Amino acid sequence: MKKELVELLINDRTYEIAIHPSKLLLDVLRDELQLTGSKRGCDDSSCGSCTVLVEGVPTLACTALAASFSSDSDAGIAPLAITTIEGVTEHGALAAIQKAYGEWGGAQCGFCTPGFIMTVKALMRDNPDPSDAEMRQALGGNLCRCTGYSQMYSAIKAAVAAERQGLMTAQPLPGEAGHAQAQPAQPRHEQAAATQARENPKP
Amino acid sequence: MSDFSIIGKPIALVDAAGKTTGAGKYTDDLTMPGMLIGKILHSPHPHARIRRLDVSRARALAGVKAVITGEDAPNRYGILPVGHDETALAVDKVRYIGDNVACVAATSESIALAALELIDVEYEILPAYFDPEDSMKATTDLIHDHKPNNLEKDYHHVFGDPEAGFAEADAVAEARFLAAEVTHAAMEPHSTLAAFDIDSQTSGPGRLTVWSSTQVPYYLQHKLSIVLDMAMSQIRVIKPLVGGGFGGKSEVIPLEIIAAVAARKANAPVKITYTREEVFWAHRGRPRTIIDLKTGVKKDGRITAVAARVIQDGGAYCSYGIVTILYSGALLGALYDIPSIRYDGYRVLTNKPACGAMRGHGTVNVRFAFESQLDELARTIGMDAVEIRRVNLLKVPCITINGLRVQSYGLPECIEKVAAASQWAERQGKMGRGRGLGVGCSHYVSGAANSIIRSDMPHSTVNIKIDRDGGVVIYTGASEIGQGSDTMVAQIAAEVLGCSLQRVKIVAADTDLTPIDIGSYSSRVTFMNGNATLRAAQDIKKHIVAAAAGKMNCAPDEVIMRGDKVFKKMLPEGADGKNSAAQEKTSQDAPAPAAGDPTVSGHVEGQILRGSVQQKRKDEGPKDHMSFEEAVVAAIDFSGALSGTGSYAPPPEARGGKQKGGGVGPSPAYSYAAQVADVSVDEDTGEVTVNKIWAAHDCGRALNPTAVEGQVIGSVWMGVGQALYEEMVWKDGLLMNPGLLEYRSPSSVESPEVCCMIVESVDPEGPFGAKECSEGSLAAVIPAIANAIYDAVGIRLRETPFTPERVLSALRAQKSGSKKLEMTGGLDPTAPDRFREHGGSLCFEGKGPARNSADAARPRGASSPEAAGAD
Repeated sequence: MKKELVELLINDRTYEIAIHPSKLLLDVLRDELQLTGSKRGCDDSSCGSCTVLVEGVPTLACTALAASFSSDSDAGIAPLAITTIEGVTEHGALAAIQKAYGEWGGAQCGFCTPGFIMTVKALMRDNPDPSDAEMRQALGGNLCRCTGYSQMYSAIKAAVAAERQGLMTAQPLPGEAGHAQAQPAQPRHEQAAATQARENPKP
Repeated sequence: MSDFSIIGKPIALVDAAGKTTGAGKYTDDLTMPGMLIGKILHSPHPHARIRRLDVSRARALAGVKAVITGEDAPNRYGILPVGHDETALAVDKVRYIGDNVACVAATSESIALAALELIDVEYEILPAYFDPEDSMKATTDLIHDHKPNNLEKDYHHVFGDPEAGFAEADAVAEARFLAAEVTHAAMEPHSTLAAFDIDSQTSGPGRLTVWSSTQVPYYLQHKLSIVLDMAMSQIRVIKPLVGGGFGGKSEVIPLEIIAAVAARKANAPVKITYTREEVFWAHRGRPRTIIDLKTGVKKDGRITAVAARVIQDGGAYCSYGIVTILYSGALLGALYDIPSIRYDGYRVLTNKPACGAMRGHGTVNVRFAFESQLDELARTIGMDAVEIRRVNLLKVPCITINGLRVQSYGLPECIEKVAAASQWAERQGKMGRGRGLGVGCSHYVSGAANSIIRSDMPHSTVNIKIDRDGGVVIYTGASEIGQGSDTMVAQIAAEVLGCSLQRVKIVAADTDLTPIDIGSYSSRVTFMNGNATLRAAQDIKKHIVAAAAGKMNCAPDEVIMRGDKVFKKMLPEGADGKNSAAQEKTSQDAPAPAAGDPTVSGHVEGQILRGSVQQKRKDEGPKDHMSFEEAVVAAIDFSGALSGTGSYAPPPEARGGKQKGGGVGPSPAYSYAAQVADVSVDEDTGEVTVNKIWAAHDCGRALNPTAVEGQVIGSVWMGVGQALYEEMVWKDGLLMNPGLLEYRSPSSVESPEVCCMIVESVDPEGPFGAKECSEGSLAAVIPAIANAIYDAVGIRLRETPFTPERVLSALRAQKSGSKKLEMTGGLDPTAPDRFREHGGSLCFEGKGPARNSADAARPRGASSPEAAGAD
């Protein structure tokens, strides 16, 4: 089989590479572009570790052909925008969800974490204030073997709160400019007491 | 409120950002110029002799750089010194479907896969053994010639007087329990990259460097040296990030050896990464276990005696098997006060992938049986299930009947916490049919007191270097596998040295750079590596404190290091407001550097740019406080290079009894756990739903509560998986569910809420009192769920997992009034077609490989003669 030139738009950057049309997106990301954040945990799209966003939609890179996201100049088709875990950090700092996953113990071994974060990003965009049931449903396609998922829900809630606060800081109400400093997000250890209280057993 | 600045704070793991940004590198993320990809040819037969193996066609394929077979590395190895029964690739026999036959190293994965098709193997198929009880009777076609009756090892321990104990008991229960085989299914498939240097002197192949997804870099180095006939000093093992282990990476996995042998033959770096299916074949999980258990209690609930006969279906190689079968017996003690114990353990070889160590090693299945039977006995004598556990508590400090030393014991508090939290007294047995509460307890070692390779050498050594940059570099062999060992080490060192975490850099698990730590298994790292870190930090602190005391004109014991500052204790009242913080014992935060701090030319925050001579001139005269850097520079002036070292070996009195096999089980400290499960049972579908679990865990001291909760919740969750969903299903040696969709670990949708409660018993020997928290909680959840099912619908399930099929058949038997429900032998009288003859696993029709006549399938409908009657 002959290689073909494809143009992929990944994390706001255009890559022109020659690949076999049969090449999977995950292999292109990991082997050709050294974007190794997306992981291979299975071979049959059962674990979700390779989740990336294609035009914002969570997609399993292990069972998607890379060429199908390419531009096609003959047909006048623009490339589809792919976001991988490497494209999630904002201005050189952790995005709210990444920070929260660290602080709340949402990541242990970290192998499934990139896939989860991509899934959660889509969830947070579609549903700015997900309920517990909605979170469970949304994460159902990603497997984690370390955490039992519980701490991820805390992380998602913290990230939702942080993003809302960030939004308030970024757009102060008229007349409040200069003084509209939102309270900095509550540090994790100060929330511990609250957590203990919350986890205090109620059947 | 304890007086710690960093210990006990819920901080993010120090390597969290690398994991959440995708920047962290796992073994399969690594690449090298000229790197080849290795692929392994596996056996399609469970037991066969290799008559002919011809790799010439494969070798001739363009792009293939090497093909290796068993002859390329015939030396035997195994994780246990007494269990050297594996070779890198099959030498003359294959012993399970998936056994390793040959390996191709090629320039691409697709070429390697194509080459595998060109390898010609002629097998002479041998009769195979799949059922451990039948395998134990074998006399011909043994799996290993040196193991008669396919018996890897059996142990027979008697402590106290079990017969007298049973005679004295008012109630005795006896039953057979069966736990299906489960596996780790860590998210990262095993991966190894091996590369040889060229030696400058001999100009031939020189040192070997191996990057591998391992929990035990030092054991890997040792086994590589055995197989490759190389000195250990010529082998460097580096552990990159590891994507979960749970015991599956706690021994040398075939690909780790194969990659190195292939790299040697190909004269190029070789990387092998298992597919998910290969991970299932590599296995080393928790064996299918048959437990015949007998327990006696007095009317007041006190246990008089326990007798257990345990048979483990160990698979084709020894692996950790001898340790597993010993743990099963040894950890019958140390949870409750049991005066008499009889234990008969059999580790049996069968033609299936080898079982090894898995989270809760050896204890989980026996604990399921014991806690279920204790629940049953409590009902027999009319006692509350929580109360019977209170009655049998140990009186610590003590040494148990089987020689285990217990010094800290948070079980009573764990039991009270879960009973209160779950409203046990108000709700148990009172929620109506279909919903119930059940309780279970468990414990686990904080590291084995005796290492696998017996010696009196330390189990852990840690070095610390502090140089004039003010950075604290810790060299630890501890293997971070997601449990947070790097963070634990950083927190302990930062606490002792009174410095911020930002100052601490961890260099971990690299056999060239870091002193030995024998690995991340049996929950030993916090206790042992933590103690070594503590000692190393105290060692280096001595030098800094001595120098600072000289500078501040005070005795060394008046020097306090905290918040990146070095203070003199007990300044006159109000002499300097900024120092009062140091004396304020409850202060959590470091005092901010005050504006009036003496500075020197060239002093930049966090660094000493100029030499110490200028600084000394500037700083003449006694002072009452110094920055961390100033104290470090003073110490370097005083004693030259600044380094500290610390080691840990378990104390002799914690190493257990003298009986044969008594070396396994003893630990310097034990963790304790109690749990209550709230479940609903749907009597129409047989589906069990866990509504909530209350889990209390005694971890000694929670060095990092977020990490402790994560470990406890994670192990409870894994136990839920084994209790309800997970099961390796075999058809004559072929694994029927080698994928993450078929081998069902719970997803977020099925996972129950786990309410984690930390109990701190502060162990006298643990680092800051800490014990293990990663494994002990797993075992309690399975019996807690089983007992809750009994509470809900009155069926006693003695076989895991509690799938709808098993629940329904038990319910049917209950309705039809059958007294002879016998599921554990594998035959269900109400649905004989759903259970295969080997007991437990689901039945698949079809013709399998030829079987040994001694392993004839039991005729359908006949019940196992050995099966004990159930109620």
